[in-house]
Parts: sequence; structure tokens; C-alpha cells
Amino acid sequence: MQEHSLLEMRHINKVFPGVKALSNVDFTLRKGEIHALMGENGAGKSTLIKVLTGVYQNDGGEISVEGTKIHIRSPQDAQNNGISTVYQEITLCPNLTVAENMFIGREKSAFVLHKNYEKRAEELLQELGIPARGAQILGSCSLAVQQMVAIARAVDMQCKVLILDEPTSSLDDKEVNVLFGLMRDLKARGVGIIFVTHFLEQVYEVCDRITVLRNGELVGEYLTEELPQVQLVAKMIGKDLDELSAFDEVEEKHFSDDDVFYEATGLSSSDALPFDFKIHKGEVNGFTGLLGSGRSESVRAIFGADKVNGGNVKIKGQNVHITKPIDAMKHGIGYLAEDRKRDGIIADLSVRENIILALQVMKGFFRPISRSEAEAFADEYIKVLNIKTASRETPIGSLSGGNQQKVILARWLLTHPDYLILDEPTRGIDVGTKLEIQKLVLKLAEDGVSVTFISSEIEEMLRTCSRLIVMRDRHVVGELTGSDLNQTQVMKTIAGGEAVNEE
Amino acid sequence: MNKKKNRREPLTDTQLLMTITICIFVGMYLLAMLLFKGGFLHPQQVFDMLNDNAPLIIVSCGLTVVMITGGIDISVGAVTSLVVMACVLYLNKGGNIFVAILLALGIGLAFGLIQGYLISYLEIQPFIVTLAGMFFARGMTTILSVNPQKVEHEAFGKLRDAKIVIPWLGYTAKNGNLVPARIELGVVVAIVCVIVIFLLLKFHKLGRGFYAIGGNQTSALMLGINVKRTRFLSYVICGLLSGISGFVFMMHTGAGNATNAAGMEMNAIASSIIGGTLLTGGVGNVVGTFFGTLTLTTIKKIVVSSGLNDPWWQSITTGGMLCFFILLQSVVLARRAKSKKA
Repeated sequence: MQEHSLLEMRHINKVFPGVKALSNVDFTLRKGEIHALMGENGAGKSTLIKVLTGVYQNDGGEISVEGTKIHIRSPQDAQNNGISTVYQEITLCPNLTVAENMFIGREKSAFVLHKNYEKRAEELLQELGIPARGAQILGSCSLAVQQMVAIARAVDMQCKVLILDEPTSSLDDKEVNVLFGLMRDLKARGVGIIFVTHFLEQVYEVCDRITVLRNGELVGEYLTEELPQVQLVAKMIGKDLDELSAFDEVEEKHFSDDDVFYEATGLSSSDALPFDFKIHKGEVNGFTGLLGSGRSESVRAIFGADKVNGGNVKIKGQNVHITKPIDAMKHGIGYLAEDRKRDGIIADLSVRENIILALQVMKGFFRPISRSEAEAFADEYIKVLNIKTASRETPIGSLSGGNQQKVILARWLLTHPDYLILDEPTRGIDVGTKLEIQKLVLKLAEDGVSVTFISSEIEEMLRTCSRLIVMRDRHVVGELTGSDLNQTQVMKTIAGGEAVNEE
Repeated sequence: MNKKKNRREPLTDTQLLMTITICIFVGMYLLAMLLFKGGFLHPQQVFDMLNDNAPLIIVSCGLTVVMITGGIDISVGAVTSLVVMACVLYLNKGGNIFVAILLALGIGLAFGLIQGYLISYLEIQPFIVTLAGMFFARGMTTILSVNPQKVEHEAFGKLRDAKIVIPWLGYTAKNGNLVPARIELGVVVAIVCVIVIFLLLKFHKLGRGFYAIGGNQTSALMLGINVKRTRFLSYVICGLLSGISGFVFMMHTGAGNATNAAGMEMNAIASSIIGGTLLTGGVGNVVGTFFGTLTLTTIKKIVVSSGLNDPWWQSITTGGMLCFFILLQSVVLARRAKSKKA
């Protein structure tokens, strides 16, 4: 097997201050194969890709292409060694022609001979079966074609290794198929392709091999036909199926239809496909699925955080329109965003200011919360949630991740929501705080607050939720309740295939 | 374009906006001919517009280059004014006319180099840098001379009065004499500038680099374009054109004044925008800019011909037209983007 290998990465290490992003990772790419690189968030796949493309330098280990050891110091270096990357974001200029995009920056003559370029481009586009004309302005092509033009540029640069980083995430099904056709064509020419994606089905459609990473370590390399989808999910999440047993049962609650607090039918947004959803008063439910499955996009649609396109929403049986976050807040919905740093905290403001923010917004800025009131609120929640901070005036940016998260929680609790959406509230925080947050969720539910809880850790969700909505590839694929709430069943549903129990 | 094999490509955004400008200019001019007759019926009217605005055409070309990269240069008017004053004083000391031309180019180039360096390599906001450049150049002009200076120089006098005369485009004055059409040398310089910059933008690596940067800077970098150097050169070109513009300005007026070319940078920006250059970069063309300048001038002429002689009427109509063009551009482009999606 080794003699056919095109690219070998051996014992790759990469350390960032305080984090070991990659430890001792091996990766082998053979000539003419499509190799999927899989892993959940933080597994190290993007770090590995960046090492390979010269964005980062590895701290240990070696890389060789066709048996020759190489050092990659910059993206230019990588390209010179025949390693080209096509990113999710199109890195071409939309205002230039297709032909120019393929040749600009590589031309030898000082003058741009448009006709010559266009002729060469046409030839290559035709050869690769890409439906674009050389003289066409790139911006007038569909995203898929733009993506393919980027690939054509790489092909023209004689690339041996082609890295496709999430190329399909902004394409529709038809476009994906065209892209796959091109990938197979390149494969037949002996190009090695590394395919990074969240979409499991796509992996099984085109890939020959799968390498799985988890927590910066290599889990293993598998032939696609030998690794069932459930196994792949298990390896990505990090549980062997045998180990999986029913988790301590959540006390089953029954809700009558009178208690429905929020109900959406056919709700869709700019980022979420239409879905139905309802939650009862005092219920804790969760959205689960792999990263990119659409779970965050769905709750963002509920809160109106993305542009809502359609669907009916009822709150306590009344039709309502929620198109922006303030609408949702006025109807008693709170949303703790997935990306705390970007969508949650305002780093330079104090703990107190961060806590009163949501309440202040709801009251309107012409009715300011008085200083003493604010201080009282801050002190109360610092105590209730056990927030470890030097004082209520400390800038939130200097707190630890877990404590920042509690402050944001406090911000929403202060608005006394009827329905709280927590998107990854436990990510990147210590175990103790995680437990506190889980307990808090259950306590809120007892007090009659509806909670939607999203977490990448299935155990955590099993512990807190009484109903799980499972998503795959941006569709709701199942709803699990009662005895189905165990890890095996969840994983099977995520992976698809076997019996999916609908409610 | 390879018409044999391909079907014709649809117009690019640049071409579309330019075509709109040309159509509007022609339409407006025809309208003026019908409404006001008189001056507008003589070809000399067009030549006068060119004679008066040659410097504006030249700086607008430079500004278009900078705006295509997504930048801005508001020092162009002040640099033009500084060049005029410096050259006038030099010539009045009995200087050589060729050295004066070099002096003009040198001052423009110096501003281009310094501003370009600060903007591209030290990554300071172009607006701030060229604002500073503007104040600096205005201040320098006043230091050189507070009072208006008229050029007293024999060789320059000849250059100033040199005109291309086209008798058959002339008209017969009331007293029965034939007045031939006259074009100043500055117009020739301006048209050469337009052509050179047009070719540079269309067919030179550097010119395509300007568009690439304006289209998407990160992409341009990934495509292997030296973004910093390319941006730097756009300001150098703009500076150089301001120098040329200064000399042409002097050839037209034959005098230096601290208030020369006041507000010229704003007229140049307006010309570029009317000509179809987007402030966001990546779209634009100097031929469009050329017609943008003519459109702007025609509007002003029409306002004057309508009897609204006060200067504020010109400003008001210019403002209104600018708004109209920007609206038109965004409507056209938005409709296009929409039809593309569907």
C-alpha cells in the first residue's frame, strides 16, 4: 500500500499556547483516491489542513509528497509542492472573468491577452466538463460553478493533492452532484483529494477512505465500505457502541396539548429549512445532530436571529410574528447563543452591565435601570449562580469561560423568560460548571420554564431533556422520547438507516 | 471577444454602467440643443467643455484607478493647485519649460509615492492619509504665494496659446467672420491620459490587479497578486496624474492662485461615480469617467443656460444628479443580481 502513497504525514504535532491541537497524527493519501477527513468541532481537522497548506507550521513530525520530504512554510510553498486548496468561501474575484480568475497572478507576460486566456480556459473547462465560458464574469456563475472554477485553477497548476474544505456547504443537491462528478474525474486522473465535510451521506457517496480525528488525536483510518455510518458517528463522538447503555432515565413527564407554550409549523429562515416544532410549558427538549446538521440554525430561526422566511408561529395558542430577536424577547423567549465570544459577551463591559443588558433592551433605553437596581440584580445572580468574579464591576472578558457563560445565563434569567433556548451552553467550560448548568436547567423546568437545550455531548442532553429532536443534513430526521432516549438510539438516528421512531 | 464560437457575453457591470452614462450624456445634450439652441448647436460648445475641464478629466482618471481598488484620494485637487503655483513661480524666475514639466510630474509623483506608501504598507485609512495630503498641499500652495501670480514667460506663452484649429467645425459669427473651432493642447493630453489608463486597466497585469483587489482583496491575495504593491501603484498613478493635471491647468489659465482647483477632488469623485465607478471598488472604467465629466459639465451648462446664474444652483443640481446616478446604479445592479439568482 505504501508505495502508492502520494502524501504522507507522520507524527504531526501542533501545539497552541495551552492546547495541544494535534498530537501524533498520521495521515496517508494515495494516488487517485478521495479521502474524507472527519471529526467533530475541535477534533483538529482544520488544524491538520492548515498545517498541510502552510497556514500553520507543524511542531513535530514530517510531511512527504511522493516520497520526498518537504517543509511547508507558506501557502505558496504548498502550491509549489502540488498541494492546492479550495475553501468553502470562494477565494476568487467575482468581478473578473472566469478565464482571468484561472490565470491571474500566475501569468508571465505583463499584458493580459484576454482572447488567449479565454481560449485556454475554454479548453480546460470543456475537458473537466465545467459549464462555464471563459469570457463569462465569475459573479454571474452559480456558487457551484465558481467552486469548480477554483478547482480548475488548481488543476491547471498541476496539483497532485487537492484539498476541498467544506466545498458542499453552500451548494444544493444538484450542484453537489456536479461537483462529485468532477471529483471522480480528477480521481481518475490520479489526483489525491482530501474531502472535509459535515455531511455523512456525501462521504459515503464519493469517498474511498475515511480518517477520523478526535480531540487532536488520530482515531483511525478506514475503508469506507468497511465502516458503517453508525460506527463512524460513534468514532467521531467517541463512544463505542458496546459501551453504550441506557443512561440514568429522566423521569418521564407527560404534557397535554393545552400546555403547549410555543408551536411552529413550517418555520424556515435564511439558514434553516422548514421544520415543525413545539414545546410545552416546563418541558426540556433538545436538538441534536452533528455539527452542521442545522440544529443551531433551527433555534436561531425560533428566536428570529436569522432572517425568517416563512412558517406559522403560535405562542400559547396565539398566532404571533417573530422576525427579529426583540419580538422573541417580548414574547418571553430568551436565547443563549452558540458562540459566546461573538454573539454573547461584550468583553469590555463589566459583569453588571452584561447582566442587565437584555432586560434594559426589553424595557427600552428611555427607561434606564437605575444603578442601585442594577447592582442589586448583579449581586443577586452572582450569588445564585455562584459566579466567580472579583467584583460585579470586573470586565467580563477577564472571567473564565464557565463564569462568562453564567453571566450570560443571568442576563436571560433576569428577563424572567417563559422559554429559554440554550445553544451549547456547556461548550468549553469545566465539568463542575457544566453540572451546575444542567441542574439549573432542570430547576427552571420545574418552575415552569420551557427550555430547549443543545449540546454536542449526547450524555448531557440525555440527562436533561425529555424529548430529543434529531437532525441530519439540515432535516429533522427523528424525535425521540421515553425509552428511546438512550445513546445507541440517538446515534442510530443521527447516522440514519435503522428504525427511526417517530413520535 | 470570440464571436464565432461563443454567443455574445452579456455586458459586465462596468460596461453596463458606462453605457447608461453615455446614453444619458447624449440624451441630455440633445435635449439641451433642442431647448436652448444657441451655444449648444455649435461644436465649439463641446470643445469649450473639454478645454475648461481637461484637468478635471485627468484627475478623474487617476481617481477612477484608485476607486477601482476600493480606495479614495481626496488630495488630487490640492496637489493640482500646488503644482500650478510651483510651476508658475518657477517659470516666472525664468525657468525652462521642460524642467517645469518635470517639476509638475515630480510633485505629483512625490504625493503619490508617500500617500501610497502610508496607505498600502503602513495600512492607514486612505481617507485620512489623503485628507492630510490635501491640507498639506493647500498649505504649501499658500506658503508659495498668497497672491495670484500670472505667468510671464515667452516659451510658455506660446505653449498656452497653441491650439488645434478646425475651420470646418467653426461657425460664422454675427459680424460675418468665420470663427474656427479651437481645441487646446491640454485636451489632447487629457485624451491621451484616458486612452493610456484605459489600456492599462484593460490589458495590463497591473490594471487587472486593480480590479482584483477591488473585487475581493483576500481572494486577490490568494490568487497570488501582490496586493500591497498593486495598491501602492494605484496611488502613484493617481499622484502622477494630479501632477499632469496641474500642468494642464496652468496651460489653460496661465496663472497661479491659491484657490485654484478648489473642490476639484469632489468633482472628480462625482465624475467617476457618474461614469459608473463604484465606491466599493472592482467596477469602473475611465471611458465612463470621461463621459461622467462631460455629463457633469453639461448639467452645469444647462443650469446656467436656464438663467439660474447663481453658483449655488450648480451645486444643487450637481448634488441632485449625483443622487440620481447612485440610485440608478444601485437599482440597475440590484435588478441584475436578482435576475441572476432567479
